[in-house]
Amino acid sequence: MTQALNQTLLARATAKLGPKASLAVLGLVLIALLAMPLLHLLPADNALHVSAYGLTLVGKILCYAIVALALDLVWGYAGMLSLGHGLFFALGGYAMGMYLMRQSAGDGLPAFMSFLAWSELPWYWYGTSNFLWAMCLVVLAPGLLALVFGFFAFRSRIKGVYFSIMTQALTFAGMLLFFRNETGFGGNNGFTNFRTILGFDITAPGTRAFLFFCTVLLLVGSLALGFALARSKFGRVLTALRDAENRLMFCGYDPRGYKLFIWVLSAVLCGLAGALYVPQVGIINPSEMSPTNSIEAAIWVALGGRGTLIGPLLGAGLVNGMKSWFTVAFPEYWLFALGALFIVITLFLPKGVIGLLRKEKDQ
Amino acid sequence: MPTALYRILLSLALLLPLTAHAGEAADFVAASPAKQAKLLESWAAQPDPARQALLDALQQGRVGVGAGKTAFLKVDGSWQAAEGQVVADGTPKTLRLNNRLRGLLANAQAAQQLLSAEPAQRLAAAQELQKKAKPSQLSLLNAQVAAEQDKAVRAALALALANLQLVDPDPAVRLSAVRLLGESGDPLARTRLEGLLAEGVESDAAVRTAAETSLAQVKRRLLVGELLGQAFSGLSLGSILLLAALGLAITFGLLGVINMAHGEMLMLGAYTTYMVQIAFQNFAPGYLALYPLAALPVAFFVTAAIGMALERTVIRHLYGRPLETLLATWGISLILIQAVRVIFGAQNVEVANPGWLSGGVQVLPNLVLPYSRMVIIGFALFVVALTWLLLNKTRLGLNVRAVTQNRNMAACCGVPTGRVDMLAFGLGSGIAGLGGVALSQIGNVGPDLGQSYIIDSFLVVVLGGVGQLAGSVLAAFGLGIANKLLEPQIGAVLGKILILALIILFIQKRPQGLFALKGRVID
Amino acid sequence: MRATPVPEFMLEPAFDPAGSGRDALGLGSAAAKGLDVRHGTILTLEGINVSFDGFRAITDLNLYIGVGELRCIIGPNGAGKTTMMDVITGKTRPDNGVAYFGDTLDLTQMSEVEIAQAGIGRKFQKPTVFEALSVFENLELALKTDKSVWASLRARLSGAQKDRIEEVLTTIRLESSRHRPAGLLSHGQKQFLEIGMLLVQDPQLLLLDEPVAGMTDAETEFTAELFKSLARKHSLMVVEHDMGFVGSIADHVTVLHQGSVLAEGSLEEVQANERVIEVYLGR
Repeated sequence: MTQALNQTLLARATAKLGPKASLAVLGLVLIALLAMPLLHLLPADNALHVSAYGLTLVGKILCYAIVALALDLVWGYAGMLSLGHGLFFALGGYAMGMYLMRQSAGDGLPAFMSFLAWSELPWYWYGTSNFLWAMCLVVLAPGLLALVFGFFAFRSRIKGVYFSIMTQALTFAGMLLFFRNETGFGGNNGFTNFRTILGFDITAPGTRAFLFFCTVLLLVGSLALGFALARSKFGRVLTALRDAENRLMFCGYDPRGYKLFIWVLSAVLCGLAGALYVPQVGIINPSEMSPTNSIEAAIWVALGGRGTLIGPLLGAGLVNGMKSWFTVAFPEYWLFALGALFIVITLFLPKGVIGLLRKEKDQ
Repeated sequence: MPTALYRILLSLALLLPLTAHAGEAADFVAASPAKQAKLLESWAAQPDPARQALLDALQQGRVGVGAGKTAFLKVDGSWQAAEGQVVADGTPKTLRLNNRLRGLLANAQAAQQLLSAEPAQRLAAAQELQKKAKPSQLSLLNAQVAAEQDKAVRAALALALANLQLVDPDPAVRLSAVRLLGESGDPLARTRLEGLLAEGVESDAAVRTAAETSLAQVKRRLLVGELLGQAFSGLSLGSILLLAALGLAITFGLLGVINMAHGEMLMLGAYTTYMVQIAFQNFAPGYLALYPLAALPVAFFVTAAIGMALERTVIRHLYGRPLETLLATWGISLILIQAVRVIFGAQNVEVANPGWLSGGVQVLPNLVLPYSRMVIIGFALFVVALTWLLLNKTRLGLNVRAVTQNRNMAACCGVPTGRVDMLAFGLGSGIAGLGGVALSQIGNVGPDLGQSYIIDSFLVVVLGGVGQLAGSVLAAFGLGIANKLLEPQIGAVLGKILILALIILFIQKRPQGLFALKGRVID
Repeated sequence: MRATPVPEFMLEPAFDPAGSGRDALGLGSAAAKGLDVRHGTILTLEGINVSFDGFRAITDLNLYIGVGELRCIIGPNGAGKTTMMDVITGKTRPDNGVAYFGDTLDLTQMSEVEIAQAGIGRKFQKPTVFEALSVFENLELALKTDKSVWASLRARLSGAQKDRIEEVLTTIRLESSRHRPAGLLSHGQKQFLEIGMLLVQDPQLLLLDEPVAGMTDAETEFTAELFKSLARKHSLMVVEHDMGFVGSIADHVTVLHQGSVLAEGSLEEVQANERVIEVYLGR
């Protein structure tokens, strides 16, 4: 059965190539990604022009790829399956959204607040018109939440499925909180109708191209960081933690610090991805925090291959590419396909596509 | 007993022909609106059973005016003379009442019903009069309070009387009224007393002091009702959580399987109820009221069968890999939700309560316990008891527990572990199906039904301790009551968040949940 | 960091069961390094009780292990051997009783990690190694060094540390499999790897739960030699069912029965003890 699957052209082609060739493929992908924003700047009638839709779609998927990578750091390496990473992503997005709302509101209150007949900004909006402070919030909001939650969770040694359930409950609670109008984040509708960022028109091709470029940079940076971590002793301790936490404790390591570090780092990466996602897609609302979104991120990682660095990126690209195609071609059947994907991967592809490629290479 | 006799006489009077009261209908029909109002007020002050037919007709708009101001009543679609033998001269004109008259009519009707032999009707009438009584009814109310035997009705009447007396010019009367109100536990009494205590309403110092005392008493009584009400809705929510979580406690606690599709088993149970309801409507409309009972076994077997099929095809391959099971079952849940959406549509379907599940019993003036909720609490406890019996007193239960504790050893002893897994999973799913039947009676039935329960159910299992029925029961009711007690103070959403935080803190103290088996570390 | 390098010179003289020479040895460097063994006992358990839901796993247990001693613990199944190890390593908290490491460290007040860092190493009954990591990496993680997060982020192996790992690799005879994932090792090899991890961790007290289970006779013999060479430099507590093995290494044997000490002494003495014969060696 799986043998038949193995015989895909892609697998065989890659299998024949050595590690150098894999690097070459990666390099080509990177060059293509860096070229996209430049091609977007070409006049619309040029044959090589990349449309705003195409650029936004790929930019969105790149943001998701960063989330997948961040999730893989905690799941693939440290063995903690988080079902709440959407919360950190959304928090970063909301922090960026606050700045964008202030930009479009000018000196007045953001539109939704006027609608609620509020006369002044809530305290947590203070200073959000300053881009640098907003960027600090992008890091601090998810980072601090992860720190507090992680501190208590790891202290009481919540792990395995318990941890997953707790994180899922956390993002669910966050969603309920942000759905309320009184919370001060636009309730159901969230933030939208952004106009400018740092004074630049947010829909201008130049701005789009720059944001896309930043996303590619963040992705490459995260990848490099992940690579460095995986190569360090820290990375090996995480793997050890995943496989035999007790043994590690009797070796004299305190697992809490290690878990907390990677957990907060992962949350911050998600926050940054969310902050780049919002200006490109142009909307953020509480549904980003729904447990469904977070658990979908887990399937990106699982499809690509957890415990690898390229796998999650591949998985995020594949699943989201499929989703874009399905929602246009057969919207009714997307959930069937996604559900089937969950089942097939866990049953037949425990190591994901990357594992499949490696196995092929070994034969 | 004089009152009983009085009532019998009145009922007998009802049977007398209308002519015994010759003239009332004609007087009313002939009167000007102002005069009609007066008539209605006087009738309200002195109810008379013989007047019932006329009042009913007035209320239902069946009174007509014939030529020469004669009164007609429409009976079964044809006009008949109300009094005497006047023959209709042409078609009588229907008498129309303005809003003021209609209010007075309702008042008169209520006064009329005070004479009813049914305590429930008298109670309803007294409650109506609490809001609407007129000073002219003072003596009527006085007489009724003195004569009334039923405690609840008497309290309600006393309240109506006190309401009237509050505006009496005599401070002594007001004082006694205020004291009377102090004995009530009705939200209305609080409103009245607060109104009285408002700036510049009551000038007499003694009455004010008494009113303050009475208000404090009323508030205390109301608080009891409120707390009981919250505790009851907490129990009710707890029983729902319990029904949702019990199956999960079996699949997770005994088999170690994280079934994210568990919520969808609830949902399928609710949809099965819907199907059973449709079947009853079409094939046995006479027994429609019994459909929830018929739905129980059907839902149990449908969801159990689906659960067993899933266990054999997917979950079986994932034992010992809880995170993978979690993802795979999530995939199953997506497929089930979408399948239901495709088959039944994305909208909620209508599942109606049968008569015996609607309505409720009034325990305190501000506390009504709905029958459906009471039945569900009882049902949840029944299902728990049944599960306990099944796990602890049957061969299947013994096998399940054996497999839980040592799979290999159980297999060596000849326990068919594969079959036991399948049956245990089926049992968990079937219980979820039963939960779905209960949920269909109190909430909306839609494709997303299960999603809203899955996280709460997991919290119950985590809090209760894995594999512990008693822990699950306690955790479910604890969470339910905590939720409902927090809700009025800080709102439902913040309450939920606070509870999540509390659970995380609680787990700091007892990582294995409320009821954990301690034991030697096995490494 | 609590962990202290073992002052090798201090325990160099021959083991003296009577303990006459130990006070002088323990004074000075050991006390200065945080572990106070002036009275010659490295582990003190007094009046320990542990019960699980009414079942008393350990009843009023008293046990003393001297510095540099190799103590074997025997006893029928359910005698409380593993639970005792859980108590010493902080996995299980005793209901009451006193547990001291050296003279000053109260084990009942320390976390598992603190206990491990203070110098108690443990080998589990079932060999537990980091299966996804190579043999070399397993030893690298266990190596005695700063084990904080920040240190791990920057850690590079020094030449001396590499030499130490190589040395242990040779000792446990796994030189040729240093790059194999530990998950692919045989059961016996995993046992040795776990012992090797304990060695590089360099604890003062080693707790070994059934170390020769699943080993061939030759491997068992080799392990016995290894343990004998370890004693004196370290203190060892070995739980074992294999009487041949116990006989070949132990100078002192403790018999546990129903959670408390039944007899103590040399293997011959213990085997001659009437009560031991009754409960353990069969009537």
